[in-house]
Amino acid sequence: MTTDGRPNGHAGAGGRTTKPLHNPLGLLAELTHRCPLGCPYCSNPLEMDRREDELDTATWARVFREAAGLGVLHVHLSGGEPASRRDLVDIMAAAREAGLYTNLITSGVGVTEKRLNELAGAGLDHVQISIQDSEPKSADRIAGYEGAYARKRALAAAVVALKLPLTANIVIHRANIARVDELVAMALDMGASRVEIAHVQYYGWALKNRAALMPTREQVEEAVGRIEPLRKQHHGRIVIDAVVPDYYARFPKPCVGGWGRRSLNVTPAGRVLPCHAAESIPGLEFWSVKDHSLREIWEQNPAFNAFRGTDFLPEPCQSCERRDIDFGGCRCQAFALTGDARATDPVCHLSPQHHVVEEQAAIREDAEYVYRRL
Amino acid sequence: MNTPAAAPSILPDARPRLPRGVRLVHNEAQGGWVLLAPERVFKADQIAAEVVKRCTGEASFEAIVDDLAATFGAPRERVEADVAALLRGLADKKLLEL
Repeated sequence: MTTDGRPNGHAGAGGRTTKPLHNPLGLLAELTHRCPLGCPYCSNPLEMDRREDELDTATWARVFREAAGLGVLHVHLSGGEPASRRDLVDIMAAAREAGLYTNLITSGVGVTEKRLNELAGAGLDHVQISIQDSEPKSADRIAGYEGAYARKRALAAAVVALKLPLTANIVIHRANIARVDELVAMALDMGASRVEIAHVQYYGWALKNRAALMPTREQVEEAVGRIEPLRKQHHGRIVIDAVVPDYYARFPKPCVGGWGRRSLNVTPAGRVLPCHAAESIPGLEFWSVKDHSLREIWEQNPAFNAFRGTDFLPEPCQSCERRDIDFGGCRCQAFALTGDARATDPVCHLSPQHHVVEEQAAIREDAEYVYRRL
Repeated sequence: MNTPAAAPSILPDARPRLPRGVRLVHNEAQGGWVLLAPERVFKADQIAAEVVKRCTGEASFEAIVDDLAATFGAPRERVEADVAALLRGLADKKLLEL
């Protein structure tokens, strides 16, 4: 019943780098940037990969074998909408064959019941469906797609009928943050065994729409305060995972568990990144799986070594007791808000530039969303 | 902690199995067996892996204990207590169905 994660025959680490090198655990496979939805907080970059540049099935299969050889355990098949790829079932099966745990991250729009059955039959392990709100009209408005809510609910029902474990992923922001209780109730009603309540992270499209998405401090405190009571109320029925709202946090998040430390991301065209927003930092050259093995990239690409470890961090991080807990926060956020990717993430209240975060959080306008479109 | 009297009991004819979405996988680079669930990873030592491999939904708890006791030449009561504690712990984390 078990499959082997075979090492792919590359030589060992060789001890060439002076940076601490860990095995990656998770791979985010952005199979395509095509997506029927237009969510204004999409994690895809503003400049997206085109269909004609997308990796083919065989290359993804090789990437998965190399990933397993590097120690990757979970693969997240994402996008865009991964079902926009006609070869999704073959891609999933290749990941499974490489020994990886396969998580399909879908908008729920575009996965037909027939395709879901094929995926389940080929060994798909887990499904994650994004859902924009518990009120259908609001959900469709946020997604920029009429009828999206109903289609998501229908797919969720089909997933549960197949006894596949389901996570509901719910991004919260000013338009839906008052409904945390209703959102969790909806996830239960969908039959999800896990729900992610994730405050918007302001990169890419979300950064562009920040003023339209940003909640007030009071709204955030109310929403955060609901999580523990809801966990108690629904204990044993659903797992509630919460992603914290950075702009109102005291300390920064240890973004992706540290740069080049625990996870990696492959774009539709094959560039390998430490995280999905990494290309927003100028001056870094990201290598492609078309030219290099995943191991070469993980160990030798200068972009992966640029912020590995904590040596690059300035004060107050260097002498901070949390230095090895949060690694100074997120490099992309440091760059986006201070212009310096090496700076302390200004989300931290100890950052000399923390005022920037407070100033930006105070800007809230009920403007039309700029929908994410390819 | 694993004294037989205190160990949580499991019915002899229970047929433990991994639920859909939980899998035991061997990964050389991670140094051995790992139990994988959505967004979660649990390292399994050699013994835990031997136990979990037998949780197919077909073998009964009783048969699994017999098999392990015979395979490792260990006293049956001791094996039963240890396996029961392990399986109960996994079931509490929803990594196993009893």
